[in-house]
Amino acid sequence: MSFPITPDRDQALPKCPSGIQGLDEITDGGLPLGRTSLVCGGPGCGKTVFALEFLARGALEHGDPGLFVSFEERPGDLVQNTASLGFRLPELMERRLLTIDHIRVERSEIEETGDYDLEGLFIRLGHAIDQIGARRVALDTIETLFGGLSNTAILRAELRRLFLWLKDRGVTSIVTGEKGDAGLTRQGLEEYVSDCVILLDHRVQGHISTRRLRVVKYRGSFHGTNEYPFLMDRRGITVLPITSVGLDYAASTDRVSTGVARLDEMLEAKGFFRGSTVLVSGTAGAGKTSLAASFADASCRAGERVLYVAFEESPSQIFRNMRSIGMDLERHHERGLLHMLTARPTLHGLESHLAVAHRQVREVRPAAVVVDPLTSLLAAGSAADVESLVLRLIDFHKSLGITTLFTALSPHGGAPETSVLGVSSLIDTWILLKDIELSGERNRTLHILKSRGMAHSNQVKEFLITEAGLRLLDPYLGPEGTLLTGSARLVMEARERSEEQRAAGEHQKERRRRERRIGLLRARLGALQAELRSGSEELDELDRMETNRLRRATEDRAAMAKSRHETGGKDEHGTER
Amino acid sequence: MEQKGDFWELRLYVAGQTPKSLLAIANLRKICEERLAGRFRIEIVDLARQPDRARADDVLAIPTLIRRLPPPIKKIIGTLADEEKVLLGFNMKHRSEDDG
Repeated sequence: MSFPITPDRDQALPKCPSGIQGLDEITDGGLPLGRTSLVCGGPGCGKTVFALEFLARGALEHGDPGLFVSFEERPGDLVQNTASLGFRLPELMERRLLTIDHIRVERSEIEETGDYDLEGLFIRLGHAIDQIGARRVALDTIETLFGGLSNTAILRAELRRLFLWLKDRGVTSIVTGEKGDAGLTRQGLEEYVSDCVILLDHRVQGHISTRRLRVVKYRGSFHGTNEYPFLMDRRGITVLPITSVGLDYAASTDRVSTGVARLDEMLEAKGFFRGSTVLVSGTAGAGKTSLAASFADASCRAGERVLYVAFEESPSQIFRNMRSIGMDLERHHERGLLHMLTARPTLHGLESHLAVAHRQVREVRPAAVVVDPLTSLLAAGSAADVESLVLRLIDFHKSLGITTLFTALSPHGGAPETSVLGVSSLIDTWILLKDIELSGERNRTLHILKSRGMAHSNQVKEFLITEAGLRLLDPYLGPEGTLLTGSARLVMEARERSEEQRAAGEHQKERRRRERRIGLLRARLGALQAELRSGSEELDELDRMETNRLRRATEDRAAMAKSRHETGGKDEHGTER
Repeated sequence: MEQKGDFWELRLYVAGQTPKSLLAIANLRKICEERLAGRFRIEIVDLARQPDRARADDVLAIPTLIRRLPPPIKKIIGTLADEEKVLLGFNMKHRSEDDG
């Protein structure tokens, strides 16, 4: 067996790993080695599957041969009924790792007279154990003996002897028991099995079923005492040790993109903290899924795995819708980065939803998980239950450093800040999407209500969902300081634009008027200059003419004097020479 | 008493030489010799020696007596201390009263 039996009695109780997923975590290693454990519960609670899986896992994973003693179902039926659980029983039987022994107990065929014991059963068990060297034994369910034999005093004494005998044989065994009215089992088997008692429960509330497991008793060992949800499907039983893991997880300073550049900017230009919890809340059609998908898209583009839990839409519908706004999620899906988990909220109980998501997270190991929308779970449980679920989910994801984005639907009319369950205090970054109705149309806005550990923008942005993706526009404040969106924004912008154009035109006109005036002045200046020029020329001409006249007059006088001298010797003016 | 010609084939399962086993063997022999003289055969199976035989007749209790013949197969467990009960269980008395 995988766990050595330690001779030291002070040591912790040696355990036998059950191989049932999650159970060994709760029980700190498995069932008590070499002892008998009681697994009890009502009809259909999964006792038989539990016992069979204990043997099958022991055989497959630890090479422990197992003996299954069925007091009810025939081996053929058992194999058939559990074929869907993937235990490969026929193969195990062929390899002599498993024996299924059917013991028929029919009261109508048996008469009792005088003293007897169950040595026949002991011999039969012992023989079967010896044949394959069984280390694990399951008896399902031993209580059937009470239906077949009437002397309960003998039966009780023999059962007590049986459990001691099993212990002496050193086999780790499981006995199953049907839930009784008074005690855990009809025949009070829990009185004989003192080491470990596990209770299975299958509850149906409002047509929604949830399976739960509880370790009622585990002598000498630490064990979780809560009720743990478990799943029973093609992978057998999966117990989900989901409890609040406490607050000791490390806070990352690493950042992850929101997928919307402007939104990253609003978050210190870096995006969400890795491992943080993000809530996107808003009314119907406010763009929650688009924003969630955008985050998933960005993470996948960064090469990280994302688990997308969708409660309202099928994967293909989400792919189609997101393709219309420029996001190719299908590509990520095909590359194995994007894992889709879709389920109707009412498919099973809350705990089962959590369990499925939990298991998926363990398998996929995503960097981010999207739950869209969280509020759908209210169809499967009360608000208090959903809150408890969210708390455990957040703790679980934080402990693994997974960034979680929830979307939540807020009813129209109510204050969206208060209507989102009671989980807001658990949220690190809360993005609020709103519809604003103005001028006969609805437009989307986005703002960050809070974001722990960072200086985030407090502006309300207009949130546009376009064919090319998601866009945020700066706030546009109208004349009264109100936020304008959509057409109102366009109208206001157009009005401003035309005002601008008018002013520009006015300027041009004035400019041209001034230019014209300058032109006129220039023209006048030219004319005056021309006039000035001609005036000067006339003046010069005048001077030239005068000079000419004077010169001619002098010449004339000289000529006259010359002629007088020749005749009288004196000029006519009487002037001396 | 019982129908003539009926041959009784009986098998008694015991486990070792325990007081219960010995008592059952003694009680069975007594009843058979008294009621079925010459028309019975008893096979005693000691499961302590032949543990593989416990499966064939789904033997849990020790001692277990099986009536293999005449049909149908009947099963009585215990030390066969109460003769009346054994007779009833194997329809010996019932038949004899019918015949009488």
